[in-house]
Amino acid sequence: MIESKEFSVAFVDQLMAGDRQAFSGLVDRTSGRIYNLGLRMLGNPQDAEDMLQETYIKAFKALPGFEKRSSVTTWLFRIAVNEALMLLRKSRNIVHVDGYAREEEDGEQDLDIVDWCCLPEHEFLSEETLVMLTRAAEQLSPALRMVFIFRDVQGFSTQETAEILQINEDTVKTRLVRARLKLRAELGDYFRERMKGSNSNE
Amino acid sequence: MSEYGHCKDYLARFSAYIDGELQPELCALLEAHLQECENCRVVLNTLQKTIDLYHVYGSEDTLPEQIRSRLFARLKLDDPAGDAKDD
Repeated sequence: MIESKEFSVAFVDQLMAGDRQAFSGLVDRTSGRIYNLGLRMLGNPQDAEDMLQETYIKAFKALPGFEKRSSVTTWLFRIAVNEALMLLRKSRNIVHVDGYAREEEDGEQDLDIVDWCCLPEHEFLSEETLVMLTRAAEQLSPALRMVFIFRDVQGFSTQETAEILQINEDTVKTRLVRARLKLRAELGDYFRERMKGSNSNE
Repeated sequence: MSEYGHCKDYLARFSAYIDGELQPELCALLEAHLQECENCRVVLNTLQKTIDLYHVYGSEDTLPEQIRSRLFARLKLDDPAGDAKDD
């Protein structure tokens, strides 16, 4: 599903040689997803745009030294993640995404057993629901949010996510479990209210 | 296999199950449990729906036109798809 990750060897060589037309093609094919990552990570368009521009400025400078140990896409997203983290550190407290990150105190949450899947489809597609999805994801710690965004929002594999975030694959999996369960609980709170609303209308 | 006798024991496995990454023997145990346990079916369905909703939400990844042209200008690049811009 990540069509842009497959660049030909010749194209990568052109990029590394500083070919501006090739670089323009790279920007063309990847910038939408990088911006999307910025929006999801940073929560506002201005920071996302700053991250976007800085990512490509740094990438262009660093391309001659690209070591081909990962795909260009993975490498580019790693630069983008570092930019996003730098902006997060500036605006908030120190953020860790490495193995020493403060893990959430999940505790033994009580499970919410309301089946909200039966709500009418328009409930899931409304503007209000979209805002709620954004807020719920923003409430995850950066460590969980990053993994969730790469795996479930952007569709990277476990291995690619591990490479981009420079953590091991087991950590990706554990964090993904936590992020998904937390979001399911958040969405459950919201949709349970929607169900009450739609029942009382009947 | 008594360690997989309770709902909470399965909870952390739902994610791998959805991704098709659960080992076959655990998968069989989980599916047998799901047949009997309505609560776990609800949790699994709502977890799957949560993932599906975010997947749709992430599929929007076109760059707004103004942001795109500011990016290409900042990088001093010709935009291959955009309106012809001077360098």
